[in-house]
Amino acid sequence: MLGKTAGGLLWLFRYMERSENLARLVETGQRIALTRPDRAESEWTSVLETAWARSGYEEDHDEVTGEQVIDWLLRSRDNPASVINCVENARMNARLVRTALTREVWEAVNECWMTLCDALSRKITAKELPRILGLIKQRSAFVRGSLHGTMLRNDIYDFARLGTFMERADATARLLDVKYYVLLPTASGVGSSLDNAQWEVILRSVSAEGAFRMVHGRVRRAQDIAKFLILDKRQPRSLAFCYGKIGDNLAYLESDYGVRLPSHDLVEDIRRDLDRATIEGIFDQGLHEFLQEFLRRNTELAAQVEQDYRFSQ
Amino acid sequence: MSDIDYFDEMTNPDGSIRDAYQAYQAWFAQEDPAALRAKTREAEAFFRLTGITFNVYGQAEAGERLIPFDIVPRIIAAREWTRLSRGIEQRVRALNAFLHDIYHRQEIIRAGILPVDMIAKNDAYLDQMIGVSPPGDIYTHIVGIDMVRTGPDQFYVLEDNARTPSGVSYMLENRETMLHMFPELFQQNRVKRVSNYPASLHSSLAACAPRHCDQDPVVAVLTPGIHNSAYYEHSFLADQMGAELVEGHDLRVVDGRIAMRTTQGYRTIDVLYRRVDDDYLDPLNFRPDSYLGVPGIFDVYRSGGITIANAPGTGVADDKAIYSYMPEIVEFYTGEKAQLENVPTWRCSDPDSLAHVLDNLDELVVKEVHGSGGYGMLIGPTASKKDLAAFRKKLEARPSNYIAQPTLALSTAPIFTKAGLSPRHLDLRPFVLVSPNGIDITPGGLTRVALKKGSLVVNSSQGGGTKDTWVLEED
Repeated sequence: MLGKTAGGLLWLFRYMERSENLARLVETGQRIALTRPDRAESEWTSVLETAWARSGYEEDHDEVTGEQVIDWLLRSRDNPASVINCVENARMNARLVRTALTREVWEAVNECWMTLCDALSRKITAKELPRILGLIKQRSAFVRGSLHGTMLRNDIYDFARLGTFMERADATARLLDVKYYVLLPTASGVGSSLDNAQWEVILRSVSAEGAFRMVHGRVRRAQDIAKFLILDKRQPRSLAFCYGKIGDNLAYLESDYGVRLPSHDLVEDIRRDLDRATIEGIFDQGLHEFLQEFLRRNTELAAQVEQDYRFSQ
Repeated sequence: MSDIDYFDEMTNPDGSIRDAYQAYQAWFAQEDPAALRAKTREAEAFFRLTGITFNVYGQAEAGERLIPFDIVPRIIAAREWTRLSRGIEQRVRALNAFLHDIYHRQEIIRAGILPVDMIAKNDAYLDQMIGVSPPGDIYTHIVGIDMVRTGPDQFYVLEDNARTPSGVSYMLENRETMLHMFPELFQQNRVKRVSNYPASLHSSLAACAPRHCDQDPVVAVLTPGIHNSAYYEHSFLADQMGAELVEGHDLRVVDGRIAMRTTQGYRTIDVLYRRVDDDYLDPLNFRPDSYLGVPGIFDVYRSGGITIANAPGTGVADDKAIYSYMPEIVEFYTGEKAQLENVPTWRCSDPDSLAHVLDNLDELVVKEVHGSGGYGMLIGPTASKKDLAAFRKKLEARPSNYIAQPTLALSTAPIFTKAGLSPRHLDLRPFVLVSPNGIDITPGGLTRVALKKGSLVVNSSQGGGTKDTWVLEED
């Protein structure tokens, strides 16, 4: 496989994952805005921060309003991290690597692009928002489904999956980091209603309220939420789960190509540290510091994979 | 122009249906027009989903566009095709012999048949190719011959595409679409298959691998990238052949060979089907500002390290001034009279011809010698006074840049419109593969059709569409 193709596959699936994560963030932002109007502005600000879109937004806007933030995150061509730009970039990468994709995967990406270009061509009213957010998640699910259902499990698949899980790990870690203060023992002392709302935001942003209840029951404790999203290997958006997958896919590449590369050592280190970590240890070390370090290593790994597999000259 | 009786492919002047269209006509008469309109929309949705789109240059805001597809096939009888394909084969042999000659002994110039200026002053002639003998002495591996019909037995070659003919993906996708939408038609008509093309292309290219290549040759397709108007076709052909689709920045010279950067290091390529023009192929040997090519690839080529298809410098065989010599070229190299006719052509570089062209500008079609895609041409009979005057100035300024031809009464075939079947002008581009194993012509080719009533311009960049092209099996 061409190095360029490996890079295109990885980025195709990074962008698909990103657009889906953005839809979830907007969904929870809107929910807070509707149920706790007094918290709306600070919630939208933290949504912008989680989506890597705050500084761009502030350059272009004087105030933070739900309507403008939603527009910026979903439709704006000026925001490089908007859903429309993610979908545009995903399709561009799909065209680039088209010979590596099955017809079904290509068509799912192309149809995602066609559908969302149309759905996002007009300003979105509050009434329409749920339908459009649903569409974004659904189109992403179609792409994932056709990948699962039709693609050969070879190096092509491995690079696609690496993109998905590197992006997902990054998104979950950023979400936690932006909200880390509400998870700290000092801030969460008595489980006031404000904090409960914040915790709900975190769980909803990764579509995990139900799953959390199954595992931890109805009582929410900050530490359990952090543990669930960092260390629980059954939770498909947790850091440990993502790194399990990244490690597996890199290991398949190692055995497929018969070559061990620096990225294999790197991923093993990160995986081992997650395996050994306890939530108490993480809080002792400092949640913010832990997440910052994790984000740094995730970025480092992405760069190493790019170099090891010759994405560019 | 409306008083001319155009030859119609489907209907005789007395209103009866020609043999090749009998079965189709019987089927069509039974169909519900509303259902057929729905099929047209279905076809469009299919093309859009598959991404069979092209970019129109100079219209950035238009983005990707579809080439309109018409659901009525263009049908060619077996007997007609046999005659055409013999003529095409003869012409393609002559093109390759001509290219070999002008880059070696130039017998055709010594014999006084072709003026030396036609080569010496030709921008498409590459001095760097002098003395280079590609494997099998094949220069143009993939050829598209543009033909038009004006009568029952009257075909003309309008243009030879010996550089990088495009459109073959439309030929294949049009057929797929028809098979998908109207399977019953293929039970009622015995249509020659076209689906072998990608496999034939691969084996044809592989057969032209460098002489030292002893294992299964590695073939790759070189594209200028996703913004090129024909990118879909490049990716489609690579996909169908199971070849890598590479860009210039994926390639470099490694140990005197051309290699592509893979996830596991550099891997040598034996045959490169390039869809990048000569000028951009190698910044060290041609245009230094090109980012699309591979520095040093031409040196590897000359030393026999890689086969490039089509060979650099083949463009000299398909420019429109050389075209006017094709009857002589065919006769010189094959020893036979050309079976396919040329359109009578005035070379404006010749003062007498220029005078004739200027006197009759409103009746002629004038084309740029190196033009393509229907850009920069004048269709006298439909041009405004202003256009005619502007073109006259261009002609006088650079006469050798132009040729002129009579306006041909292109045949028509029906397209499906809101009002039912309606005749439109069309042409035909058969696709030819050349290798040491022989010449392979896919039955039919790409039919391009002018969608505007009365229009003679079939180019997709100018609002033309395409049709599935059927060649029927012998009875």
